Amino acid sequence: MAETLSDYLKQQRDEAWRVELRSKIKAKDRTSIERVQMPEEDPDIRNKSHIEVNTGLSVEQAVTEASRCLDCVNPTCMEGCPVGINIPKFIKYIEAKDYNAAAITLKETNTLPAVCGRVCPQEVQCEANCFYTEKLKLPAIAIGNLERFVADMERTSGIINIPEVQEKNFIKVAVIGSGPAGLAAAADLAKFGYDVTVFEALHEFGGVLKYGIPEFRLPNSIVDTEIAILKKMGVNFVKNFIVGKIASIDDLKKEGFQAFFVGSGAGLPRFMNIPGENYIGIMSSNEYLTRVNLMNAAKDDYDTPVELGKKVAVIGGGNTAMDSVRTAKRLGAEKAMIIYRRSLEEMPARKEEIKHAQEEGVEFIMLTNPVSYIADVNGRVTRVVVQKMGLGEPDSSGRRRPMPIEGSEYEIDIDLAIVSVGVSPNPLIPQSIKSLNMTKWETILVDSDTMESNISGVFAGGDIVRGGATVILAMGDGRKAASGIHKYIKSLTEKGQAVNMAQ
Amino acid sequence: MNKIVEKEYLSEKVVKLVIESPRIAEKRKAGHFVIIKIGEKGERIPLTISTADPEKGTITLIIQKVGVTSHKVAALNVGDEITDITGPLGKPTDIEKVGTVLCAGGGVGIAPLFPIIEGMKKAGNKVISVLAARSKDLIILENEIRPLSDELIIMTDDGSCGIKGLVTQGMEDIIKREKIDLSITIGPAVMMKDTSLLTKKYNIPTFASLNSIMVDGTGMCGACRVSVGGETKFVCVDGPEFNAHEVDFDELLMRLRAYSEKEKSAYERYLQNS
Repeated sequence: MAETLSDYLKQQRDEAWRVELRSKIKAKDRTSIERVQMPEEDPDIRNKSHIEVNTGLSVEQAVTEASRCLDCVNPTCMEGCPVGINIPKFIKYIEAKDYNAAAITLKETNTLPAVCGRVCPQEVQCEANCFYTEKLKLPAIAIGNLERFVADMERTSGIINIPEVQEKNFIKVAVIGSGPAGLAAAADLAKFGYDVTVFEALHEFGGVLKYGIPEFRLPNSIVDTEIAILKKMGVNFVKNFIVGKIASIDDLKKEGFQAFFVGSGAGLPRFMNIPGENYIGIMSSNEYLTRVNLMNAAKDDYDTPVELGKKVAVIGGGNTAMDSVRTAKRLGAEKAMIIYRRSLEEMPARKEEIKHAQEEGVEFIMLTNPVSYIADVNGRVTRVVVQKMGLGEPDSSGRRRPMPIEGSEYEIDIDLAIVSVGVSPNPLIPQSIKSLNMTKWETILVDSDTMESNISGVFAGGDIVRGGATVILAMGDGRKAASGIHKYIKSLTEKGQAVNMAQ
Repeated sequence: MNKIVEKEYLSEKVVKLVIESPRIAEKRKAGHFVIIKIGEKGERIPLTISTADPEKGTITLIIQKVGVTSHKVAALNVGDEITDITGPLGKPTDIEKVGTVLCAGGGVGIAPLFPIIEGMKKAGNKVISVLAARSKDLIILENEIRPLSDELIIMTDDGSCGIKGLVTQGMEDIIKREKIDLSITIGPAVMMKDTSLLTKKYNIPTFASLNSIMVDGTGMCGACRVSVGGETKFVCVDGPEFNAHEVDFDELLMRLRAYSEKEKSAYERYLQNS
């Protein structure tokens, strides 16, 4: 057995098939191959439908891209992966055309490869740490696109690998929330042999993957497939169950649950508290996206209504703002605008999302901030009053601080405004556990190694800890918490305190 | 799961359903609500729990037929299941002994008022209930509320039951007669606005249970936001009960109309197809 991760990686790298594969193509020839571009649906077609924007690499494209990878001795790319995927190994399996082995490799550490391959910001994670980026100053290996390729190949092949799970230990663990953090935690806990139950507040599983991220970036069917795999691993799923309301943590303890992972996610949307913000036709991106994605409000045969704006302003510059404005475009907006108080360079959204939005005809109104809204006699919004901004000295985030320019106000005609300026953590769990230690941002305070809160046996991760982050960081937290829970239960077992429900 | 065990029409448009939901029945307190959804394509709507029986494991919901979803609910029969029920949501009513409590219920708002009357009476308060509706057939739960009230006054717009007149008239007669320590008002937003203006005039602390539009009901979407004391609050997690004198009822009334045209045409389509 290898003693350290690097020994283990080296052992695997030294396997005969990897050595042989490396010798087939000279490193110089590998580096001279250009990065394969992800094929995309035509902007003028996709902005009128909900089909996926990125259509996925072909087999030939994937193998070509995989052969660019140098299979480095020291795979720095892995340092950028929050869930620790064995990146060179899965990529080399693609080059060797053993896609199933590549899929198994991904699933060793990543529960949701088809999701991560689509929505992870690889350009600031694995791909930012790639040898090509760091040393060669060339475009990185398209690790994310390759991950998606492998996951899609597996899903469409009809033979889906169910990760191996250890023999059931009949110790009950509760996972609260079925978003990315909860799903990642549940998968690892199931692998360790626990009797895992995932409690979800809504009527569908998947959390933000379902209600938040739109179909054109992440089809719901893909999320359902990944959840089906967890079910096959023995994870129980309970919907319409709000821990903290229908049952407290203490109630669940009485029902035999020994440890808890809280992944209850983002909650209350933030507003700007400017005059007129509660007029009809102004809503949070959470509301807009939930209506469209979770409730299918834009489809005639579903009961939930949604405003279909013709002139839509989305306030904010994050990925959620991009998702909202691109959704509005698809739902028939003639003008779909991003209004953002800084400039394009400071925008927190992924470059790819910004590019896609631009291609689809979204207008970017930069260095501009809403100051109030104007409505008609019925209270329906008709205009947003905005003010131009300049950029001052860098603030605590390192980005230049936007400064209002006096007298620069003007009005923009709108019939729908979507406010996408962030969220506060969901208050339901913290409200229900009085002694839980919280931060001043109302997130749960946890130990950064184990993800355990101040209450023994209660762990947390994802947006309820981070405030507002990415799918992959939530998943990383979920994995970390699962191993924290595993250690915690082991210590209970040693003290003879763990209850095996089979006994 | 969520099976309907009893169904009764309280009036032509108001239906009472007793539903198996043991966990919610055990946890629910006066003031709590649930979100329900009918069918895969249904919308999520909030409904205040009227009563619950923890021993039988049932909750009682009272629904007035107004639009597509409430018609779908009313079309269900004993033995049918509600597709999704989530709850109990919101903060429960603050029930304590304060003295004399004036409880005003309008129309189907009488249903969520009932458990509060029950709680206030049990807590040792003198309870005066004023139930109001357009006409006799819209006055519900009279027989249940009468024994819990030290005094019960019924007001109808057309005089078909009780005294002819508005809820505020019935309330004001009492306020002029004796000292009221607390008032609770539940009903249509416009009724709560009027009753709130009245009690404000007499400086009587008043709570209103707001019925704003919701989607998830769990503190995620912000559809239910209202202005209370100049601050934006979320009915689903901060409410549903607020200090009525601080609520911006005009804004609430405006926001309740957000989807009125869409709801009307959806309802017409539904009636045509059913």
